[in-house]
Amino acid sequence: MRIALFITCVNDTLFPDTGRAVVRLLERLGHEVVFPTGQTCCGQMHYNTGYRRPAARLAVRFVQTFEGADAVVVPSASCAAMIREHYPKLGRTGSRLSRRMADLGPRVYDLTEFLVDVLQVTDVGAYYPHKVVYHPTCHGLRFLGLGDRPYRLLRAVRGLELLELPGATECCGFGGTFAVKNGAVSAAMGFDKARHAVGTGAEVLCAVDNSCLMHIGGTLSRQRSGLRITHIAEILASTEKEYATT
Amino acid sequence: MSSATFLGMPPFPEAARSAVEDSRTRHNLHKATHTIRGKRDAVVGELGDDWQRLRAEGEAVKTHTLRHLDHYLEKLEESVRRAGGTVHWAADADEANAIVTRLVKQTGESEVVKVKSMATQEIELNNALEAAGITAYETDLAELIVQLGEDLPSHILVPAIHLGRAQIREIFLDKMAEWGVPAPEGLTDDPRALAEAARVHLRELFLRAKVAVSGANFAVADSGTLVVLESEGNGRMCLTLPETLISVVGIEKIVPTWSDLEVFMQLLPRSSTGERMNPYTSTWTGVTPGDGPQDFHLVLLDNGRTDVLADTVGRQALRCIRCSACLNICPVYERTGGHAYGSVYPGPIGAILTPQLKGMSSEADRALPYASSLCGACYDVCPVAIDIPEVLVHLREQVASTEAPLGEKALMAGAEAVFGSSTALDAAQRAAGVMRGAVPKHLPGLAGKWTDTRDIPDIPEESFRKWWNEREEGR
Ligand code: SF4
Repeated sequence: MRIALFITCVNDTLFPDTGRAVVRLLERLGHEVVFPTGQTCCGQMHYNTGYRRPAARLAVRFVQTFEGADAVVVPSASCAAMIREHYPKLGRTGSRLSRRMADLGPRVYDLTEFLVDVLQVTDVGAYYPHKVVYHPTCHGLRFLGLGDRPYRLLRAVRGLELLELPGATECCGFGGTFAVKNGAVSAAMGFDKARHAVGTGAEVLCAVDNSCLMHIGGTLSRQRSGLRITHIAEILASTEKEYATT
Repeated sequence: MSSATFLGMPPFPEAARSAVEDSRTRHNLHKATHTIRGKRDAVVGELGDDWQRLRAEGEAVKTHTLRHLDHYLEKLEESVRRAGGTVHWAADADEANAIVTRLVKQTGESEVVKVKSMATQEIELNNALEAAGITAYETDLAELIVQLGEDLPSHILVPAIHLGRAQIREIFLDKMAEWGVPAPEGLTDDPRALAEAARVHLRELFLRAKVAVSGANFAVADSGTLVVLESEGNGRMCLTLPETLISVVGIEKIVPTWSDLEVFMQLLPRSSTGERMNPYTSTWTGVTPGDGPQDFHLVLLDNGRTDVLADTVGRQALRCIRCSACLNICPVYERTGGHAYGSVYPGPIGAILTPQLKGMSSEADRALPYASSLCGACYDVCPVAIDIPEVLVHLREQVASTEAPLGEKALMAGAEAVFGSSTALDAAQRAAGVMRGAVPKHLPGLAGKWTDTRDIPDIPEESFRKWWNEREEGR
């Protein structure tokens, strides 16, 4: 299958390892990955902060860039949710944008959805000998309804011990511009999330969204906690061979 | 007895900052919200798929009623009149307060007992009555605690949720004597002892009162019946013992028929107290000769509601049945408590209702739509499916188009320029890559609000895009 990767602006700029992992993983599974270079950002920050018009312009750019794709994979649940849930609302009902969105939207997937629903794999042949907790981010949990997909993928990883995260369904407090507009509350929420994760004794905290992980990870590193963060793609991409060489 | 007021409170971010540092209140709130969440989950969970059907039905009834509100309001007025009640229309808080004050004065009384009611809190009726020389006694246990303590309500269902029992004991010992039967000497902070002290204190008021003021959870248009759901039975006392009953009800509280109530009688208790059924449900229809109050007045309150109705996205907030489920689940509310919202309607529903009812003319009201991480938990639990995140974003759009802070506007414009073309984004990423070693741990301005408590990630040497392009070239 030919898969178009929408990397997202945050991953592109700050977390290129996640993007490389997605490419490695999908190619390992026998698929072709393309990266339409005209892509930039889904417009979520603009939309959520109340800047609708710039968000709509970025939506148009997205549609133009990805329209021909069979499937668009996004290693970020919140960007996938922005595209699938909110884009249709950005165009007027019946407008060209909303019709093109209605057409493209169902072919846009979060990585874990794509693996489980479209490629129908849960065992991706990964090896990751660590204790791991998974934080179900709000967009993955409540907006996309990822359900047990990420857990099924993680449970099939060899060497991985999946621990249970207390208060898992509670927001980490990132919330885009909320993190600075209401910094104190955001930090308090992040602190509790970090505390719960550290309390499990895990070595690695993973999620389907690097922006949430950046917030929790920033809290963990400020506290000098030994707990590391990583995107689920990087776990799923790693194999015994890489462990032998790195 | 007057009540404290939210006027002049600092905007949410500031109020929230000090609230998160109040560890005692945070502890009380964490305990209370988590207990009630658990109870709600259990009684909602036991209904299985039926819950979503009930929720859809509740949403549909409310949406239909609001669409034809003019029709149902007239119907309600006619039904109440037919049943022997008098109907008054109040465009705003001042009008409503003036009507209630006049009605109480006409009875010659200078005291009223009150059934817990959000509408009368919204219009600050107690203060208006006090200014006219009339004492209003709150009889809901939590409202009584807040009123005696000269405190502010911090939750829709449990206005004293921020207080622990030791604090309540102190308030009772300090203040009860001033307003009626004193607290017994040697009062402990055992919940039963506290409840008994309140019972004795209130009983005397119930037996004495000639006038009661209430709100209503529902008003049935075709029968003219008003409905109050409660746990303690204190409302029932107020609704049956006095001679005169004045009910102040928001115009959005209407349901068309008696049978529509069935849906809400299941949705409300399960969502609010986490019970299958609440202990007391009182219904009254106008005046019944020889039984209960013989003089009944319904004051229908607009106070900004028709403006909300005119907003096609925002109007869904009027479906709210004030269950508090969105407060109890909200991670922001849990950490800030209700006072930070500066309104009688705190939490997620407050963040969308208050700015809409009041219009976003003050900085405090404009800050409320941002008091959320948009995590969506409120929408998930709302029994009438109000898409609170959607309304929050909608209100943010209104703020952004008028009064957005300059720093934010600059950030958004900058981001738009960078994301406007992939070349601009690539250039920005390369610049960041060059600067990567020079980024300090603590940043100034807006970014400083991040680095106050969190580290920023290391900026990678090359972006994904750069890596990809090099890989493609190498093929
Ligand atoms: S918005 Fe929904 S959940 Fe919140 S109080 Fe109203 S009805 Fe309950």
